Amino acid sequence: MTLRTEPVTVNIGPQHPSTHGVFRLRVTFDGEVIQEVEPVFGYLHRGSEKLAEERTYSQVITLTDRLDYVASMTNNQAYVLALEKLCHVQPAERGLYLRVIAAELQRIASHLVATGFLLQDLGAFGTPLMYCFRERERILDMFEMLCGARITHSYLRIGGVFQDAPEEFWPALRIFLHDMPPYIDEYEQLLAENEILVARTKGVGLLSQEMAIASSTSGPVLRASGVPWDLRKADPYEVYDRFDFDIPVGTAGDSYDRFIVRIQEMRQSLRIVQQAVDQLPGGTSVGKVPVRAKVPFFIRPPVGDAYAHVEAPKGELGFYLVSDGSIAPYRCKIRSPSFINLTPLKEMLIGWKLADLVVILGSIDINMGEVDR
Amino acid sequence: MYGIGVLKGMAVTLKNFLRPSFTVQYPEESLPQHPRFRGQDFVWYEERCTGCASCAKYCPLGIIRIVTDPSGVATPQGDKYKVLAFDIDLGRCMYCGLCVEGCPYDALHMGSGFERARYRRQELVIPVEELRRMPKRPSTWFRPQMETKGYDPRMGKELPWQEAGRHEAPDVEKMKERWVKER
Ligand code: SF4
Ligand code: SF4
Repeated sequence: MTLRTEPVTVNIGPQHPSTHGVFRLRVTFDGEVIQEVEPVFGYLHRGSEKLAEERTYSQVITLTDRLDYVASMTNNQAYVLALEKLCHVQPAERGLYLRVIAAELQRIASHLVATGFLLQDLGAFGTPLMYCFRERERILDMFEMLCGARITHSYLRIGGVFQDAPEEFWPALRIFLHDMPPYIDEYEQLLAENEILVARTKGVGLLSQEMAIASSTSGPVLRASGVPWDLRKADPYEVYDRFDFDIPVGTAGDSYDRFIVRIQEMRQSLRIVQQAVDQLPGGTSVGKVPVRAKVPFFIRPPVGDAYAHVEAPKGELGFYLVSDGSIAPYRCKIRSPSFINLTPLKEMLIGWKLADLVVILGSIDINMGEVDR
Repeated sequence: MYGIGVLKGMAVTLKNFLRPSFTVQYPEESLPQHPRFRGQDFVWYEERCTGCASCAKYCPLGIIRIVTDPSGVATPQGDKYKVLAFDIDLGRCMYCGLCVEGCPYDALHMGSGFERARYRRQELVIPVEELRRMPKRPSTWFRPQMETKGYDPRMGKELPWQEAGRHEAPDVEKMKERWVKER
């Protein structure tokens, strides 16, 4: 006699801790093996794009903080760049350097969160996450010195940054740059050779180079598949063309590569910050060199449109702004990396088991604030 | 050999075990915050405020309610509107600080607290009477003049309204001169 079996459909989320926010996956299982996946988003939809239409250009900066809330600086940056393109504003030089320093520190912080939560998803509860958060805490402390907030920064303004860094920021940054490389080595030592981690991630959730490009992924997901595409090099914005850094790429495009690419990117970010500090116009003096071009708060850009993109920690983040000449944007379209990186989710998940689902999703590093906007 | 990676990982854990702890037990101790910290309980100097409502206009959420009466009284800052109501709904505030950026007279400042939790949302609205009598420990966010004067809200000292501004009050004669020139 043969047993009659049938596939079961299970809802994972929207309140499941491993879905990194309110994300729902309808998964059809054959035993433990995934047969079909249907992602359902929209639980965190706040209508940011619509809200932007009824706020003035400067007020929208506060909305961008709430997209990817573990990387607000780069969100600010993408929006402000689009706005500067739209208004033809030349930002202050020192402001640009401060932006780069802030954005690279934010990239480290975001990758630390991604690494910590990936390990949490793998079953290493708490401890490695806390190691990652210890360093992130120092970055957040530095952000607090810069802009008075830890998560929702609103630090960048059109034409530069809102205020110069205080005196005590520079020693803190120097100590951080000195302390961080050994800590990164430590994460690598803790994890990269760990047999359990390797067994759970190597060869799991493969994303081929063709598929990664065809589904327009970006950021570490794309680079782990072996495509050296980084907007900081491919389309240098701000002052990134003045720095010397490498683009770490993976080979296989599996979860392990995505994890290693992030660790290596942290090292490159440290290099960029160090160079930015060395090249900073005005050095570490406070308030001598302007950090912000003179721009009115209620700015009226000329009629037209502009698109600007940055390499956010999770991938290409772009803002498309249309102006009708009034004080509020006519349209503000956000191209968010987390959302588009979910495109190949089906290809990555089908055929793997339930326990791998959590790891693969964690290795893409999505942020629901950005997916739903 | 299988297990080496795990042992290496354990070595890291052991190293961290010997390091001093970096967490604190919150209600008993709390971490120091930077003077620029954008915190709760706005600091508002009635003496400086002219009732221009720039702050209300700059706020992305429109949560500052200002009612003024034009039968203004003369103040050291010159003529101004009498402020009848100045309510800030902290329950909807996101502490972005744009209102502070918008205030041309340095009358409104971010606070430096973070412990204003209440049981009811209505209690989160700060009415003008409360704003008047609240301790004046402004955050130095967007107020570089306080930073250069060495003011630090954590020292517990209150900042009088005369010292909060970025420049001295213009005297009436000077203003008159300017008005004549600009006309
Ligand atoms: S901090 Fe921001 S949200 Fe709060 S009252 Fe000021 S402008 Fe409005
Ligand atoms: S606080 Fe400042 S911006 Fe607001 S009404 Fe008073 S003077 Fe005007």
